[in-house]
Amino acid sequence: MSAATLPLLSSKQLAAFVADGFLRFDALLPDALARELLADVAAGKLAADATGGPHSGAPLPRAGMRLEAAFGEQQVLGRVLRFPPLAGIIASLVGPSPIYDHHHAHVIAARQAWSQPWHADAILDARMAFDIQLFFFLHDTPREMGGTMLLPGSHLRRINESDVARYQNFRGQLATVCSAGTVVVCHHGIWHCGQPNLTDRSRTMFKLRLNPSVRQLRLWNTADVDDPSIAEILTRDHQWYGSEVRLEIVKRIKLWRHVTGNARFDVGHWLTRLENEP
Amino acid sequence: MRFSACGFACKTWGVTRQQLLFLSLATPHLGSRVVAWSMFDGTGRSQTMAGDSAEPPYESVLAAMKDGWRVIQVPVLHVPPVGQEHETGFLRFEYVLERLVDVR
Repeated sequence: MSAATLPLLSSKQLAAFVADGFLRFDALLPDALARELLADVAAGKLAADATGGPHSGAPLPRAGMRLEAAFGEQQVLGRVLRFPPLAGIIASLVGPSPIYDHHHAHVIAARQAWSQPWHADAILDARMAFDIQLFFFLHDTPREMGGTMLLPGSHLRRINESDVARYQNFRGQLATVCSAGTVVVCHHGIWHCGQPNLTDRSRTMFKLRLNPSVRQLRLWNTADVDDPSIAEILTRDHQWYGSEVRLEIVKRIKLWRHVTGNARFDVGHWLTRLENEP
Repeated sequence: MRFSACGFACKTWGVTRQQLLFLSLATPHLGSRVVAWSMFDGTGRSQTMAGDSAEPPYESVLAAMKDGWRVIQVPVLHVPPVGQEHETGFLRFEYVLERLVDVR
């Protein structure tokens, strides 16, 4: 299916991504596909062996490869990434032929009682361009299994990796509780932490990071780009940053200008006022 | 019971351990709403971790003070560097409180 025929995200969904730092797609993957990917993860087919070489004989992808070369159609993950609804989400956020960055299967053992500290991945990264991280929840994940907790709206803050490890709880923090096949797509800067797995079964979440290979400009279905509800979406308050909410809104407006190419876009006169130097 | 250097019994001497409570507020005003919280327990009697509670232990620093917590650090209010006026990072209004707990 070509990029022109993929089901792309709407402008309202992009605005939610800009404001919240993530989008969630419940049960996006068909059950059979999710089970197949889970089986591949469990069998180590997406992991290197002890020597760093490929475990299953399939060549390991290298950071910098184009995604279509990194995972072929003969691989389960390759079929997952070509599943049109998911391919459309990827194309809407990072464009065609994105760059493979890395992947990791997070397997949390049964009765693992500790949570991961809050952190953002990689390092402090204040680009306007953004990577996405796809979090695949391949089986039903009730709260007690400890699905990844996200902090909505945290993605545009300048912190480095574990700088935020001393924080424990925020108003509005959001644990992932979901059914099998759910995919959460995050901005590279979002604060998150794994939660304790209090069940008798291991928990698996597969993560894949992608970089854009094109300028992220109007990559989605922009038919509703002038929808008035977008202003409300971009100004939502996640309740954990108090009087800094107005600074967060300014940062979101700047990112929205970047992805729409509309250098004069504004909400509530916030940026226009600052740019007024008659 | 412990004995002082002069040999008198001192029932008031105890063994204490420190608990630290980090409260981030919506504004620098000590009565403003708590938006983020962490607790570290030096007594070893409780274990806290990321994501373990949905509601803060107190609604404000002032409320914690009224419950016996002592403020040991207040946030320094600073002017942002030129060109970084709208940057955000760590929560700005973080107060650190302590409580000493007798563990005898």
